[in-house]
Amino acid sequence: MNELQVPQKRKFPIGLAILTAIVVLGLIPIVIRYLYGLGAISNLSDGRPWGLWISFDLYCGVALAAGGFTLAGTVYVFRLEKFHSVARPAVLTAFLGYTLVILALLVDLGQPWFIWHIFVTPNIHSPLFEVGICVVSYTVVLALEFSPAVFERLNNANIPIVNRIKWGIPLGIVRAIQIPLVILGVCLSTLHQSSLGSMLLMSPTNLHPLWYTPILPILFLNSAIAVGPAMVMFESTLTGKALGHKVSHEVMEGLGKVIPIILSIYLVLKIAGMGLNHSLGMVFTAYPYNLYWWAEIIIGIIIPIVLFTNKNFRKSDGRLFLGAAIVVLGLILNRFNVSMFALAMRPGYTYFPSWMEFAISAGLVADSMLVIWLAYRLLPMTQNAPAHAVAPGSMAR
Amino acid sequence: MGVGVLYDATKCIGCRGCQIACKQWNQRKADQTTNTGSLENPPHLTAKTVTKIRFTELEYNGKFQTVFTKLQCMHCEHPACVEACPVSALQKHPEGAVTYDDKRCFGCRYCMVACPFGIPNFDWDTPIPWIRKCTFCFDRQGGGLKPACVTTCPTGALKYGNRDELLVEARARITAAPASYVDHIYGEKEVGGTSWLLLSPVPFDKLGLPKLQEEPVVVNAERAMSMVPPVLVGVAALMTGIYWVSKRRDQNGEKKNQKPQKQGAVKK
Repeated sequence: MNELQVPQKRKFPIGLAILTAIVVLGLIPIVIRYLYGLGAISNLSDGRPWGLWISFDLYCGVALAAGGFTLAGTVYVFRLEKFHSVARPAVLTAFLGYTLVILALLVDLGQPWFIWHIFVTPNIHSPLFEVGICVVSYTVVLALEFSPAVFERLNNANIPIVNRIKWGIPLGIVRAIQIPLVILGVCLSTLHQSSLGSMLLMSPTNLHPLWYTPILPILFLNSAIAVGPAMVMFESTLTGKALGHKVSHEVMEGLGKVIPIILSIYLVLKIAGMGLNHSLGMVFTAYPYNLYWWAEIIIGIIIPIVLFTNKNFRKSDGRLFLGAAIVVLGLILNRFNVSMFALAMRPGYTYFPSWMEFAISAGLVADSMLVIWLAYRLLPMTQNAPAHAVAPGSMAR
Repeated sequence: MGVGVLYDATKCIGCRGCQIACKQWNQRKADQTTNTGSLENPPHLTAKTVTKIRFTELEYNGKFQTVFTKLQCMHCEHPACVEACPVSALQKHPEGAVTYDDKRCFGCRYCMVACPFGIPNFDWDTPIPWIRKCTFCFDRQGGGLKPACVTTCPTGALKYGNRDELLVEARARITAAPASYVDHIYGEKEVGGTSWLLLSPVPFDKLGLPKLQEEPVVVNAERAMSMVPPVLVGVAALMTGIYWVSKRRDQNGEKKNQKPQKQGAVKK
């Protein structure tokens, strides 16, 4: 943050211009959608009612936001202070990930203006009800978890009107409830990550047996916990590059060490789940789906385990970043497999996303990147927080 | 048990009067389609066409034949769409019908994904879209009428009645003419049973109907959802416990570190 140098500041606006252009391009289809319906902008059909937005924005977006609860839990519940510097960016990324989910749903839902019906006439047995409630409540929790960064900044701001408000009061309140908030966040994330798997449990005949297993919710939670640290490594290295600060090697290596352990558990569970479903033999026979399966297993699980358990590999930040990127790619592949490639379409239909579907998703990602850029410019993001500033234990003393 | 309809493909002549009667009663507009070289039209069920007759030409038992299949919501005994709908817009009535409530739906389309028969459809081309599917003419049934398609069927291919009695009759028809039917009542056991039942002279998978398990599709999802409260409590307790332990660990560590420091300060 302090190392932001003048030439880098000048260079960046080109990137900003590109991001802004993508955002604007993403807005055009949204307007068309509200005038002429979903059919006008998407290739979705009765045969493929959920497409790119659900696979990418919802399934991948939520999983890639897992850095928020894994890091917040690590730092505030397990109290591993080493990772404090990346906790705040992780929580912000998670918050933006969830905002992205909500914005995508506003496009994807047929009648988003009735979204409040989920509170009025709920069906508590629906996995999607659980997803909806978790999205809303966890977004609020994430906003609160991140809010100290905003209040700290406002507290120290020299802006005339802003100055008159005592920002220390909300700051104190949020800090006082920080631990319960983080624990609530972990609980909601556990439910939410797994509920995306529960949603697919409803499709035993439509989801290919290579992926369908009664323990899908556990697999979803487990893979999210694995990708959480990877996403933090990936994202904080990128923002570090773009904004000229550096993530400490200790943090990167620490996160890299954990990943193969979680992925190994994931691999065992995944195979056990297929055993439950008696579909293990299909990995050799169910062409072409077994190719997707192998790609997901090799890229998302086996390569990262081999790389991250190698001590030499963990010595270089560049390689750690590469390894993290592979984990993220593997997770994206998995979520696309279960929610698109291996989910049967009705006979007689085909689907490939239209350019406008891509444009909307890209626009939303660009939105998030702009907010991350602004946050690093304006807010105390990476401070190695002095104990009195962020550490919640300090409130008790 | 509730009511059902028995569709007998051997009695259907493919007149598609049911398709038209359904449109009339439910005030559904026509689908714009192009000539596909078949009398079957439209090619798929849509939000405008919630029932249709499918034409299947096939060779079975060395004999070429055209078999008709009436497609519409099967009105499952354990409907996936009802379980899936997050806003309770879809309801299973004890009488048998699975109905849909415009006033609740917000268009998430999870019912479309969940349905093992691929039945609910969506208004893709309007800014204010709804899900559409057969409602078993629940409004007509409430007034003592049969569903519009059953009323209009000229050959008796559709029979409305108590589901249990229909099952007995279907069994009797198969027994009376085993050469005319496959020994299978589609909907008797599929996904836990459906209110609508089908009889056919050829195996049902040849008609494009999905081969389904006898277990309701909602079983695993229900089990997962029933785990939510214990998981919530368990994770909360576990995290609180870990926090308590790690905090004590840190405090003990601090005390050990602090003592020598204080002594040092006193000496100064």
